[in-house]
Amino acid sequence: MTEISPSPAVSEAYSPATDAPAPAPVLTPTTGAPAPARAREVFVAAGARRTSAFTRWRRRLSWPLGIYTTPVAILIIWEILAEAGVLGPTYAPAPTAIARTAAQLWHQGVLGPDLAISLRRAAIGLALGLSIGIVTGVIGGLLSSGEHLFNGIVQIFNTIPILAILPVMIVWFGIDELTKVLIIAFGAFVPMYLNLFAAIRGVDQRLVEMAHTTGAGRWRLVTRVIFPGAMPGFLVGLRFSLAYSILGLVAAETVNASSGIGFLITNGQTYLQTTQVFVGLVIYAILGLLADQFVRLLQRVLLQWRPSYEAS
Amino acid sequence: MSTVSVTPPRQQAGALVDDVVRRFGDRVVLDHLYLTIADEELVVLLGPSGCGKTTLLRLMAGLDGPDGGTVEVPARRAIVFQGDRLLPWQRALRNVTLGLHGPDAEQRARDALAEVGLAGRERAWPKELSGGEAQRVALARALVSHPELVLLDEPFAALDAITRRRMHNLVRTLRRQHHAAMLLVTHDVDEAIALADRIVVMSQGRIDTSRPVTLSAADREASVSREDLRAALLADLGLADQH
Repeated sequence: MTEISPSPAVSEAYSPATDAPAPAPVLTPTTGAPAPARAREVFVAAGARRTSAFTRWRRRLSWPLGIYTTPVAILIIWEILAEAGVLGPTYAPAPTAIARTAAQLWHQGVLGPDLAISLRRAAIGLALGLSIGIVTGVIGGLLSSGEHLFNGIVQIFNTIPILAILPVMIVWFGIDELTKVLIIAFGAFVPMYLNLFAAIRGVDQRLVEMAHTTGAGRWRLVTRVIFPGAMPGFLVGLRFSLAYSILGLVAAETVNASSGIGFLITNGQTYLQTTQVFVGLVIYAILGLLADQFVRLLQRVLLQWRPSYEAS
Repeated sequence: MSTVSVTPPRQQAGALVDDVVRRFGDRVVLDHLYLTIADEELVVLLGPSGCGKTTLLRLMAGLDGPDGGTVEVPARRAIVFQGDRLLPWQRALRNVTLGLHGPDAEQRARDALAEVGLAGRERAWPKELSGGEAQRVALARALVSHPELVLLDEPFAALDAITRRRMHNLVRTLRRQHHAAMLLVTHDVDEAIALADRIVVMSQGRIDTSRPVTLSAADREASVSREDLRAALLADLGLADQH
């Protein structure tokens, strides 16, 4: 930061009229009180600034937990309330109890296979949904015929809640793996298409025009101008896709599952094993968090060209 | 994009704008306009805002098609826009190689950046460049393909006076190395005098006057004939009584 040295001449010349005090009546100079000081700001180097004890303490703390501050705080309060007996174990078991149950289930050989099955469903569904979403999104974005082909149907899909198509899916594809994978794929496809389409259409037209004048061919235009320009929107789509596919995973696994995390939860609910239900919820939450962190990482790597707002 | 005509070209070099009409709705922006640019000539197109300068330049760039008449320009041409129009997601070097092909593309781009005084800045992101540096990258991007015609649309309008003078010197240096015809659009009379071989003044969709500039480099800075030319140009622009 720089220091603005006070310069009377400049401050006289450029001070806005509204800041200046009303001129004292000329005829009564004896009562003229000294004019109130005008508001001024002085900027100095960060190290030289005088800081209060509180600011220094706060800066030393500097949020070591980052965005996990609130979740960790809730966990601690939850644990205290549970230990104190305010929250009954059948309603909300203590976080440590949930962790113990998770370890037990793992050792019993229940959690591992269930988790693997859920992850496999999510992976296949995501791969399917993202592939279709990216291919149709690119075609729709680049070609007007693609737009006419896909836009209407995806807009309709977008208005149908994922939970509402589950019964139809069951009627069509049965209650096996196929329905579950398709639900997840559906959840991933719609936001990917919509965001990618909008991102490609939103690429700055002036840059496209510039690329034409340099003699860049269609391939160069697409790979160097349109795809990188659409990257921010693509990553937004990816984030929504991951979140929706986990939603789809939960929905699909809650209905007639004989394995997977959803089965673990339904099972726990049936036998009033609330702790087991919470183990399932925690795993879903962790999956969602990991997906989000993955996209954040991609954004940091792929969008380093972008000047963005950094919160203080 | 304009359509490419099959009629044979009428001149071998430079550019030719013959009886061109361009309309936006009812408004006639270019009204039967003629302009020729000789080989290696730098013509400055001077005119007030909204007189159709940019419209003419876009026709010559092939970005728009005329509603009447013909535009004949070299196939190898480049344009420098008002803003730098750099791709923010590509480093300076990759911005210059955008239209280049072949194994030596990168080296040519490095040479072009060195030519505009940006050697060593190849790996800078556009957000890290100052306004003058960004515009110099845009200039390098235009010149790297060795165009026969360079169209410059108020390229220095957004720069401060000092940077603009540096850019004028750069343009003069580049002209000695690149043997290209140039059309520079501006509304700055001093910029026109500093750079032009010939100044044409545009108003109401036509080019009214054409003034060859034969002054030496020193005379362009300060001389009686420079002031005479300046006064004449201001009169052409209808600003005579204000100076």
